[in-house]
Amino acid sequence: MILYVISVGLSVTMGLMGFINLAHGVFAMAGGYILSTAMARFGIPFPLALVIAFAAVALASIVLERLLYSRLYAAGELAQVLFSIGLILISMAVARLVFGNLAAPVFLPDYLRGQVHVLGRDFPTYRVFIIGFSFLIIFLLWFSVERTRWGAMVRAAVDNRAMAQSVGINTKMLFMLTFALGSGLAGLGGALGADILPVQWAYPFEHLVYFLIVVAVGGLGSLRGPFIAALLIGVADTACKYWTPQFGAFLVYAATIVILLWRPLGLFGVRA
Amino acid sequence: MIGPQSGYTADTRIRWTEWLPWIAALAFFFLMPEYLSLGARILIFILFALSLDLILGYAGIVTLGHSAFFGLGAYTAGIVSAKLGIQDNFVQLVAAGAAAAALGALTGAIILRTRALTLLMLTLAITAILLELANKWTTMTGGADGLSGVVVAPILGLFKFDIFNKTAFLYCLAVLLVAWWVVRRLIYSPFGAMLTGIRENTVRMHAVGAPVYWRLVLVYTISATMAGIAGALLTQVNQFVGLNVLGLEPSGDLLVMLILGGVGRLYGAFVGPVVYLVAQDYLAKQYPEYWYFGIGVLLIVVVLFARGGILGLVDRWLAFLRPRSSARASAR
Repeated sequence: MILYVISVGLSVTMGLMGFINLAHGVFAMAGGYILSTAMARFGIPFPLALVIAFAAVALASIVLERLLYSRLYAAGELAQVLFSIGLILISMAVARLVFGNLAAPVFLPDYLRGQVHVLGRDFPTYRVFIIGFSFLIIFLLWFSVERTRWGAMVRAAVDNRAMAQSVGINTKMLFMLTFALGSGLAGLGGALGADILPVQWAYPFEHLVYFLIVVAVGGLGSLRGPFIAALLIGVADTACKYWTPQFGAFLVYAATIVILLWRPLGLFGVRA
Repeated sequence: MIGPQSGYTADTRIRWTEWLPWIAALAFFFLMPEYLSLGARILIFILFALSLDLILGYAGIVTLGHSAFFGLGAYTAGIVSAKLGIQDNFVQLVAAGAAAAALGALTGAIILRTRALTLLMLTLAITAILLELANKWTTMTGGADGLSGVVVAPILGLFKFDIFNKTAFLYCLAVLLVAWWVVRRLIYSPFGAMLTGIRENTVRMHAVGAPVYWRLVLVYTISATMAGIAGALLTQVNQFVGLNVLGLEPSGDLLVMLILGGVGRLYGAFVGPVVYLVAQDYLAKQYPEYWYFGIGVLLIVVVLFARGGILGLVDRWLAFLRPRSSARASAR
């Protein structure tokens, strides 16, 4: 589910805006670090720290978008890939300098630590909370993209940018906000999942493959695509590691290849 | 999108500047014998970068999984030597090249039907699968401990691999020379022109009746073979194979090297690895954080301001100095 929250942000930037942004994990990592710092050093409570992580990452991404990303919208895939790899390397170096080699500690509040009793079985509260939270985000996103004026504008701009611009939509502003939203979601996901996917300096590189798989399999520009893909990958990965430990992550990659060959645009991809 | 370079020119004779890299390599051999181990490594990565340049620079196939072939070659050579006991270096090279070519043809035939992000993901998934395989299949590959016990018989029965890496260096140089000649012939051939055409305008190449898909598969296979041979060289020189030859990281490193040197130019693949590996040797050990930071900044700067890498910049300076002959001065 954490994969979903992070990846849906990526789906927003990559799918809606068509930018191959490998540096997405950077925003997730930043979110995790912000949460950890806010809680450990300033004693900010967990929910507020989550909000701060989201807002701070979104703000930072606006700066990056204006300064750097926006220059590369029209550039080729290669330039975008290279640019985002460069960003990953920089962020890793900075993270290592500032936060050191160890994973950032996250202290969950007491009410998220225990177990919940559902249908006669115990589940860790934290994970239940994450799942519930993800559903909330899914609903909010779905609502805003499908049912609000903003969503309609984004969809219009993606379908035909020139046309959208000529009917008076400020696409530059729109893309900036969309990008901020996508990155903010990544930050939120990173912060939220900090206890499951430990936040440390190699984070953007380590999980990059998973984010990309989720987005590619789910399909660009779709909201339920990454959701189902994240679920599928998460379940498949755990199941494979449980039943056939000797194959490990092998089957996930194989499945990715098969799905992508079967549907090159992903399960729910929208044709650009 | 990649370079202003055309792959097809009337005059394809080897110009005097093109001998400079080889002279430099020989000079290096005699002047700096204590750095030959690094030198051999650089030569291997030049070969590897050359193979990537062929598909990325000339054919425009964006891949993050080129290490799949490099790693496969490395492991094939290692297994042939350590497990099957065949110590002849040419057999090892050929086996590695053949294995990589087979994988290249097979995966190329499947994945080259896709484009953009999907293609990127597929290449990444393939190298990730190989990494898993190398990691888990411990009886063959040694897993995380790596595969040791690689023995290489003296080359041609005459030249033993010595601890000063003299043989290794010259051996890599010889292989690179052959590969360079092949690639040079390729890119100046009609085939090379067709690749450039596909990169620049796929639709038009379809329209003039070019068999785009088969050309891409072919060049992908050739490139895979070269990468496999480069991997085998690495195994032979190190007499060891580790997991670090597979996965995203070596692919990323390689991409960075090529970009630094200049994509879509024959000699970009020569300059990039030299600069990158020498800098890495000096800086990375002392300041790993700053090293990554520097590389990251450099990448972004190159992407934003200096398309064409170092050689691209040299071109511009030359053009600035000699406005008249700038067209001819452009180093290839």
